[in-house]
Amino acid sequence: MELNGKDSIVFETLPSDSSFGKKTTRFSRYKESLIKLFFTLNGLTALIFIILIFIFLFKEGIKAFSHIGLLDFIYTDRLDINNVVQRVYEWYPTSELARYSLVPLLGGTLLTAIPATIISTIFGVAAGIYLSEIAHPRFREFLKPAIELFAAIPTVVIGFIMLAIGATFFQELLHPSNRLNAFVASMGLSIVIIPIIASLTEDALRSIPVDLRMASYGMGATKWQTISKVILPAAFSGVSASIILGFGRAVGETMIVLMASGNASNMTLDIFKSVRTMTATIAAEMGEVSQGSDHYYALFFIGIVLFIITFVLNLFAEIIIFKMRKKNTF
Amino acid sequence: MKDVKISIKNLNLYYGTKQALKNISLNIPSKQVTAFIGPSGCGKSTFLRTLNRMNDLIDSVNITGEVLIDGIDIYDKSLDVVNLRKRVGMVFQKSNLFPKSVFENLVFGLRLNGIRDKNILLETAETTCKQAAIWDEVKDRLNEPALSLSGGQQQRLCIARALAVKPEILLMDEPASALDPISTAKIEELIHDLKTKYTIVIVTHNMQQAARVSDLTAFFYIGELIEYDKTTKIFTNPSFKQTEDYVTGRFG
Repeated sequence: MELNGKDSIVFETLPSDSSFGKKTTRFSRYKESLIKLFFTLNGLTALIFIILIFIFLFKEGIKAFSHIGLLDFIYTDRLDINNVVQRVYEWYPTSELARYSLVPLLGGTLLTAIPATIISTIFGVAAGIYLSEIAHPRFREFLKPAIELFAAIPTVVIGFIMLAIGATFFQELLHPSNRLNAFVASMGLSIVIIPIIASLTEDALRSIPVDLRMASYGMGATKWQTISKVILPAAFSGVSASIILGFGRAVGETMIVLMASGNASNMTLDIFKSVRTMTATIAAEMGEVSQGSDHYYALFFIGIVLFIITFVLNLFAEIIIFKMRKKNTF
Repeated sequence: MKDVKISIKNLNLYYGTKQALKNISLNIPSKQVTAFIGPSGCGKSTFLRTLNRMNDLIDSVNITGEVLIDGIDIYDKSLDVVNLRKRVGMVFQKSNLFPKSVFENLVFGLRLNGIRDKNILLETAETTCKQAAIWDEVKDRLNEPALSLSGGQQQRLCIARALAVKPEILLMDEPASALDPISTAKIEELIHDLKTKYTIVIVTHNMQQAARVSDLTAFFYIGELIEYDKTTKIFTNPSFKQTEDYVTGRFG
């Protein structure tokens, strides 16, 4: 056999029983494309549903503006007993003179979500550091799923425990003005958020290349110096993303705040007073509202506000995580 | 032999039950360059890491025997490992600068010691960069991210960073293996300059590099120290057949 191309090249013929070179049948190609179609459709369905929910929410919520003005969602001017105009920030949709201010509800959401996020950041980040840097690998294998399991407790159970036991405990300890209050609710929220922050913080810390730890130890850094001066700064974006996601969860959480916050829409900054959150308002009132009423559209409008808040928070977190991944792929 | 800086006696190292280093004894002289050569997996990098106890960071490692630096056993239980690692600096195979500015990388070791005086920090950054022959390239870029430097510059910055802690011994684990020939030549030149002040131990895959930069060479093979002698002797007239086979390229 010559390989210079001038002479003809003779190929050896394949043995007749070889499967190489066999043509695919029409059936097998048909089957392949069917399987592909099946999984593509499944993947797209999730996306389609989200888009449909989004459209429905906005379609219904936007109608609120033709029933209630935008300003009415902030305050209502009304006359008091002495015929003096008073500006009130109240959520009283079932009153004769219905008031639809979202301010106390937004306040209630923040008054439960912010303290919960602060508490969870302290404990969650510390737990994440422990898991990633201090715990023995074999113990971590056991502890991490155990912590994550906390986030899987049905929130109604946590709400019930806070309502029945937690509230009494804090009442005796701190003597709050209301037995059920924003503080009790934020404690309940922390039970759900700490595992989220701990788990994501651990992921962020462990994504820091081992080379950086070696560099730090090699220069005589102690474990704590390595954690605080090298690993945490390098994982800063990942840790912040975990906190943002935790906050998003706190804002969107419903059952715990519905049961443990006292559910009275107070305009207050006192963490020991009852508050009502946006989520709890929708959950508590949607079942009783007459469809098509002002109140009904107002509830949808709250839904839009919530949707936007959590969407923006998640978007932020995703952007931060994406940047973190890019930064670590040197 | 000149003054002995590091003296290793009957060192054995086990990863779990697997023995990675077998009864190694050798003396490393002060202010000389000692090279460890041998095929992959022969234990030369593991051995290098026993000299500043970096193997402590791996759970399953067990070590018997003695490593004396200036006559002090570094595996003594009461010894402060943090202090040891400040005296025995290390440069790794892959540059491992922190995702911080050039300046912050350089002064990292000083900050660990709580030094905050801006003048001292700047002064140290300059002197160590000059020692590492990189000052001209970074003096106008001190506040830029260290990771924006080229690969060769990054590795020399790693050396400067290690020097900033004022170590007496510098361990180098294949410092040029990921670099192009020009950057490699710069690193080798640097090693040559640094040995007037530091005791240097270098692990290398590259036999020509060992021949060029080192005064003494130790040849390792499957966890054993086969031969340790002057570099010229190892490369021209080795005493053992295995050494000869390796340095002439018959295996490895």
